[in-house]
Amino acid sequence: MKANKKSNASKKQEVAKKSNSPASSNKPSFGTKIKGIFTSAGEKCKAVFSSIGAKFSHKEILPSGAVKKKKPFKLSLTDKKALSGWLFVLPFVIGIIFIYAPIVWNSLAVSLSDYTPIPGDMKLEWNNFANYKYLFAEDGDPYFSITIVDGIQDLLLQIPAIVIFALFMAIILNQKMTGRAVFRAIFFLPVILSTGIIDTIDSNSAFMDAINNSQGGVDDNTGGEGNGLISAMDLENLLSGIKIGTELVDYVVNLVNNIFDIVSRSGVQMLIFLSGLQSISPAIYESCEVEGASAWETFWKITLPMISPMILVNAIYTVIDAFTAADNRVMIYIERIYNGAEYGYSSAMSWVYVGVVLMFILLVALIMKTVVFYQRRD
Amino acid sequence: MDNTVKIKRESKNKIRVDFERAPLSERLKAKFLNMFFLKKVIFLIFKLVLLVGVSYVILYPYITKIFGSFMSASDFKDVTVILLSKNPTLDQYKYIITENGYFSAFLNTFLVSLSVALIQTVVCSVIAYGLAKFKFRGNTLVFVLVIFTMMVPQESLRFAMKMFFKLFSTSNPIGSLLTAVGILEKGSGFVNSLVPVYLLAITGLGFKNGLYIFLLRQFFKGVPDELEESAYVDGSSTFRTFFTIIIPLAVPMLITVFIFSFAWQWTDDFYTSIFFEPGYWDKEGALQFMSSITGVPASLKLDVKNLEAYASAITGTATILIALPLIIAYLFVQNYIVEGIERSGIVG
Repeated sequence: MKANKKSNASKKQEVAKKSNSPASSNKPSFGTKIKGIFTSAGEKCKAVFSSIGAKFSHKEILPSGAVKKKKPFKLSLTDKKALSGWLFVLPFVIGIIFIYAPIVWNSLAVSLSDYTPIPGDMKLEWNNFANYKYLFAEDGDPYFSITIVDGIQDLLLQIPAIVIFALFMAIILNQKMTGRAVFRAIFFLPVILSTGIIDTIDSNSAFMDAINNSQGGVDDNTGGEGNGLISAMDLENLLSGIKIGTELVDYVVNLVNNIFDIVSRSGVQMLIFLSGLQSISPAIYESCEVEGASAWETFWKITLPMISPMILVNAIYTVIDAFTAADNRVMIYIERIYNGAEYGYSSAMSWVYVGVVLMFILLVALIMKTVVFYQRRD
Repeated sequence: MDNTVKIKRESKNKIRVDFERAPLSERLKAKFLNMFFLKKVIFLIFKLVLLVGVSYVILYPYITKIFGSFMSASDFKDVTVILLSKNPTLDQYKYIITENGYFSAFLNTFLVSLSVALIQTVVCSVIAYGLAKFKFRGNTLVFVLVIFTMMVPQESLRFAMKMFFKLFSTSNPIGSLLTAVGILEKGSGFVNSLVPVYLLAITGLGFKNGLYIFLLRQFFKGVPDELEESAYVDGSSTFRTFFTIIIPLAVPMLITVFIFSFAWQWTDDFYTSIFFEPGYWDKEGALQFMSSITGVPASLKLDVKNLEAYASAITGTATILIALPLIIAYLFVQNYIVEGIERSGIVG
């Protein structure tokens, strides 16, 4: 605290010097305008520092101007902790204020204006929401609303599948068995490999498609001879034989076709579920066993409620991940517009999309909140 | 059954007895032909089929790429070739390594990833600790901002981010201040440089840093307060407590974050695409990165027929070369990923 006080005092002196010394006014490089800024800033700093200084020098300036001695000033423990808390999050706060906020502001500004590049700078002209109007107008962009509705439909199907798949796999990978380490290693491989450049290459690889059409796995019968293990057609026939409604059949077939996507997207979710499963006390399972509960009952009455907070976290994470993935249709569409150098329009589009995502996340959170069970911890 | 026990051998502290047992076939029957055992076997088979199946789905693209990487151009004209090459060559590897500058890309990417991952791990853990363990006004706001940075796709900020750093001297207060003082030239900024990546890393705004902060915050929340309290009572400052008591506890989690950060920076193609000009890599002496070596080398002459398949086989080979160091590193540390997350005790 002492050091702090000292540095404050010295800063104050410095500021005072700067604003008062004639040297600074003689410097021609600074210019009159900047000098003015400095003096006014100096004045302000002086005021602030003198009030702080008063606080730290155990004195209080009374309205009458008389200085009254107080008992030694000390930050309370809560204040101290709050101060160190701010110090810990300081990098982020600085980043938000000086980097992130200007970027977001720029992005919004670009979306609201006509953009003209000029070397060394850019010119933005307010265009009265023209980009946003174009998005929603009758005679505006014909594809955007369709794309966004389709994209959301896709994701609505994929997100529950990813969360359920991740939970299922996490439960299996949590059990003791031979070769568990190997399977875990394979399952978490996509977490580190299915990103960035590798993901980009994979999503537009014709070679893989060429091989997929003639080789194993589940293929969609559009190309090749369909000599895979199961073809989507067979699956469709099988399922429609069971009579469970065409929507469900389509859903299942769609999932099976996208199995690679689902698997490679559920790595982080699996990790989070695994950690949740590990945090359930084994004592609960033991008592269940003693009471004679079957594995099925244990799952529904113990595992699921205990892991429900993790389901919330994962649902939200999956929504974010899926919505912001570079290969979903809305992002592809936005990317195409961006590459056409319509920066303002593509920014407007992405902000509308962000709004939709935020609403969606809120909705998921609200729905999940009603079913989440929190264990009381004493 | 006769219950008499026959003593076989007896020594001072050991005794071996022989008693009559049911015949082997009976015992095996009792052991293996009951519902309990059958159920177990069925579940095991089901589980194994599922695990092997999903593993196959995960590994399949890499397997096809590995097979494709040994193919020569003639294999793509031959329809009978499906996976196994008839004239296996190492040309694809050879030319990608020599002509696309694999080794310099490897070195550059390694250094960048290592430093960025280190910075991100330290910064994120510091921020997360502040959010997890200190009550101050604005704590929730900062956390909401962290979540917000996670929710806004980086792609939608791409243009603004590019312009922000390209016009750094005019686009923001710090830049303007530095320009006014004379450190930065007016109209200059960071083009074709890695400074923006480091700036974003230092302020906890890098790729997926929101996720790291979230994970670490959950971890720190699980550390009992008594630990720090006793340290404070003993006269330790908050920072000393953090670095000497909390950090050693968090090592598995930190390793997890480090691995994620390293791997995601290694394969990064987003930052290199926005902070570098498109024509940058055509110049001599350009810094090569992993994302800039995926082009088709000039020496691999492309035939017109099946050109697309061959070109993508070559990019597939580049993918293998990019992924290989990561996979090798992953094999050594993959235990930590699971361990770190398992110990984190994340609760909603």
